[in-house]
Amino acid sequence: MNFLKIIEQFDFDKTHPELHDNATSRKDALNLLGKFASGVALAAVPTILMTLPKAVAAQGAGVTEILNYALVLEYLESEFYNIGLSSGNLIPSKDRTVIQTIAKHEAAHVNYLKTALGSAAGAKPTFDFTVGGAFSPFTDYPTFLIFAQAFEDTGIRAYKGQAPALMVDPATLQVALQIHSVEARHASEIRRIRGQKGWVTGDNAAANGIPSTAFDAVYAGENQSIQGGVNVPNVSGISSAAVAESFDEFITMDQGNAIAGLFIK
Amino acid sequence: MKRMTSEKTEPQSDSQLTPMNRRNFLLFSGAAAITTAFVASCKKDDDDPTPTPNEVNLGSGDTGILNYAYALEQLEAAFYTQVVASSYYLNNASADEKQILIDLKNHEVAHREFFAAALGSGKIANLEVDFSSINFGDRSSVLNTAKAFEDLGVSAYNGAGNLLKSADYLVLAGQIVSVEARHAAAIRDLLNPLSADFAGDDIIDGNGLDLARKPDAVLGIASKYIKTKINASNLPK
Repeated sequence: MNFLKIIEQFDFDKTHPELHDNATSRKDALNLLGKFASGVALAAVPTILMTLPKAVAAQGAGVTEILNYALVLEYLESEFYNIGLSSGNLIPSKDRTVIQTIAKHEAAHVNYLKTALGSAAGAKPTFDFTVGGAFSPFTDYPTFLIFAQAFEDTGIRAYKGQAPALMVDPATLQVALQIHSVEARHASEIRRIRGQKGWVTGDNAAANGIPSTAFDAVYAGENQSIQGGVNVPNVSGISSAAVAESFDEFITMDQGNAIAGLFIK
Repeated sequence: MKRMTSEKTEPQSDSQLTPMNRRNFLLFSGAAAITTAFVASCKKDDDDPTPTPNEVNLGSGDTGILNYAYALEQLEAAFYTQVVASSYYLNNASADEKQILIDLKNHEVAHREFFAAALGSGKIANLEVDFSSINFGDRSSVLNTAKAFEDLGVSAYNGAGNLLKSADYLVLAGQIVSVEARHAAAIRDLLNPLSADFAGDDIIDGNGLDLARKPDAVLGIASKYIKTKINASNLPK
């Protein structure tokens, strides 16, 4: 599977063999994700700009690799919304236009990336949105919305994390940014449908209205009020909480793959 | 027309206002080549006469792009600062609208002051805004202006990303643009709840891509609201 190939290139299996061990249950993987979030992920998030180039450079992915990484995330989102839309009365009529709009964009992103990649495009993985039977997103609408929020907020962080590596290809960088902001619009809308603020409100799932630590990795490292070496609350008089809301944080390809991997068979 | 100032009463000298001096700014500006270019642009800025109140020069290179972003954040912050003191906000806005608008005001002030601090002595002067076309007592006028500003900001950052030389600044711009897009969707949803407008076909194309605009286009649109002339002639193309 293309996804695993990507993983291997970053030695992810060596550092986290549990995530891809068939003998390990998906629930263990969820627990591991929590550990991943509290340990590796947090350690990787810079608190000052000086550490940023290292964190970003460490990924060192090429453009094709990055677009395939993006494609996996878009495949995941697209299939998720399509199944949701075809799942009987799952989506109430009041929200259907919103979900249809998001689904339309995710399908367009899949097509765009596949076209851009041509013969290098990876095949669509086989997804398991129940995460080994732990969740029922297509029969329980609140769960569906939690997944949607987590996917959108993850997508934003994933595209953001790849922007520096796309600087070698300015046209592709711009397209990635144009997708990135669409994911952010989606996230805001889904969050607000859920009664959350449209912006990220903390560095764990509970702080973002998701009552499951399984989703903590989605928000790990988000609570930053020092940006580029600037203590923004100090210079602005704005609260740390509001400052943290006003800057989204990136995730590395490893982190993005770890989150997406939970939903891939 | 109101003079844009930070929330603090008086503009302070750079040495007081900025947590970083020039040297520290350079320290985290990345690769040697970039640093060299940056030093050159700083030097040039120093040699330039102090901008007159009627015109600012954004400068060149990454400094120019950061000043461009700073100008847009000044515009947004000034707007929302006025919004949260408006009769619409105080007397007519719903609790949901108030929460969103106060958040947006706080976020944009944070962005503005972040850029001011990051740019240090390289920053442009405070811009003078012209909000005479906005009726701050009217919900539709306020929210439609907010929508225009947020969408404009998103398109500006999307178009400026590949003009930056520093990966650090690119990441920071990315950290901000997604929040602007979150804002845009929320404001659009207030205007037309649960419709497709939060990411409408007026801004998202058939490939699912948001708008991207280059600085000249953005500043042309923004000029309606900014009295100060902005010279962007040295920005990267």
